[in-house]
Amino acid sequence: MNYINQGSKDTRSGYGDAMTELGRSNPNVVALCADLVGSLKIQPFIDENPERFFQVGIAEANMMGIAAGLTIGGKIPFTGTFANFSTGRVYDQIRQSIAYSGKNVKICASHAGITLGEDGATHQILEDIGMMKMLPHMVVINPCDYNQTKAATLAIADYDGPVYLRFGRPVVPNFTEAGGTFEIGKALLLEEGTDVTLVATGHLVWEALLAADELANKGISAEVINIHTIKPLDEEAILKSVAKTGCLVSCEEHNYLGGLGESISRVLVENHPVPQEFVATKDTFGESGTPAQLMKKYGLDSTAIVAAAEKVLQRK
Amino acid sequence: MTANVLLMNLTHLNDFTTQVRRDIVRMVHQVNSGHPGGSLGCTEFLVALYQEIMERKEEFDMDGIGEDLFFLSNGHISPLFYSVLARSGYFPVSELVTFRKIDSRLQGHPTTHEGLPGVRVASGSLGQGLSVAVGAAEAKKLNKDNHLIYSLHGDGELQEGQNWEAIMYASAKNIDNLIATVDYNGQQIDGSTDQVLSLGNLKAKFEAFDWTVVSIEKGNDLKSIIEGLEKAKSLTGKGKPVAVLLHTVMGNGVDFMMHTHAWHGKAPNDEQLQSALEQNPETLGDY
Repeated sequence: MNYINQGSKDTRSGYGDAMTELGRSNPNVVALCADLVGSLKIQPFIDENPERFFQVGIAEANMMGIAAGLTIGGKIPFTGTFANFSTGRVYDQIRQSIAYSGKNVKICASHAGITLGEDGATHQILEDIGMMKMLPHMVVINPCDYNQTKAATLAIADYDGPVYLRFGRPVVPNFTEAGGTFEIGKALLLEEGTDVTLVATGHLVWEALLAADELANKGISAEVINIHTIKPLDEEAILKSVAKTGCLVSCEEHNYLGGLGESISRVLVENHPVPQEFVATKDTFGESGTPAQLMKKYGLDSTAIVAAAEKVLQRK
Repeated sequence: MTANVLLMNLTHLNDFTTQVRRDIVRMVHQVNSGHPGGSLGCTEFLVALYQEIMERKEEFDMDGIGEDLFFLSNGHISPLFYSVLARSGYFPVSELVTFRKIDSRLQGHPTTHEGLPGVRVASGSLGQGLSVAVGAAEAKKLNKDNHLIYSLHGDGELQEGQNWEAIMYASAKNIDNLIATVDYNGQQIDGSTDQVLSLGNLKAKFEAFDWTVVSIEKGNDLKSIIEGLEKAKSLTGKGKPVAVLLHTVMGNGVDFMMHTHAWHGKAPNDEQLQSALEQNPETLGDY
């Protein structure tokens, strides 16, 4: 593998550290939080910029509206709560007051997906990518590690428009370049290969790299693409890869209905139909457990990706 | 203001109000859809706000720094909003004819999406406007801009829970540059608010949430509205948000539409339109 773990960290700390930097570099950036400051790692931002922090309490709908209002006057609001409460709980508020109104709000969502772990299915949202990508003009980003979450947080401050930024709770390998640039909508080719394309987002990018190693041991050459931006989707990168490999596995910590995989399927059927397998949850809720246990049980780890790759190769 | 100046202003505002009423019923009639009842009930209020109370810049820009801002939360009274915006100079009065038609900036409910000057957020799905107004008030404070935020809400709309999140927040965080007005007409689609889901003692509720409350008993009387809003303005900057309970009559100014919820979202037919227009003669020129 061309990548090494520089020391595992949680992606949400990438968000918090980037907010600290934004607090110093961009006077228009303001932060809102719904009683989850510790979870979102934004205490340093608050300490340095108390007047630019809005603690709204356990009232997420109000938080989304206040964020929309803060843009009127030139502020760049970053809302922070768990992914579940950042999307499903406040979908209509986001739809009308932010997306349809074209407000420059950054909806920053921690504890996304099944790796939230022991709190269980009430908090493990596996439908958020679908909900958010369906909103016209909403940008949807799911970075893979600490470094990329930090870079993405910094980048979206410079983008004018609503963004959904999805990251997680657990400590995971940190393997992308520290201080690297982040280009919204630009896929990253991590490993070149010729037999099968693995397109992964979020925590599953590292699993895809592990899977590529396992596949190499079996004599299968896998190409690994990190799709940090699910919308707008880098269609060119996907089509270029499948033109070479002729098959694809999509990997995401999300329901296969409405997620990254379905977005890719649309691109393939419209342009270059090839077999595709989905590493994703299969129309199910999660449950309590450790992140590793849940990734294994719900078929989201490198073993599941290897199996999906072998299956899709047989369909070529 | 001297008595004579006030009298002259009232004459102008009265003419303005009559013309806006004509606009409302004509707009709703021509597309056989829209919401005349609440629009007519708040006509005096919105005319007074835009023509007398608010400090506004002539040109529209989204950020609105250095001027008072207004947010319409009960977006279904868009005919009123559009008429007042057009006749206050934000866009040509002739554009009112496009209301609810294809390719129009005057959508069924107000939106920023088509770039209509004067609108700063979409509304229609109820209960969201107060939070947005609070956010805009916070932005004013950050920008050290001493102008005020005004908002308007239906009384039935207060059944939406998000309002109460915003009401709790606004007092807890000392949002004292905000005047939120409730169109207190006691009516909603399915009947009276008492029948549907009683609001109880609304004044006591706002006061329990630590807001300052101003009641305007004659909410369709221009002089009472101006006095009430001036009083509300005088109560800003004192650490508390200000609520105005504006007692109105739904459908005011068109006799057969008054004192009933029946005209919440129903257009008049040709005969009814004629009757409404006869009650509200042309003053500033029809669109």
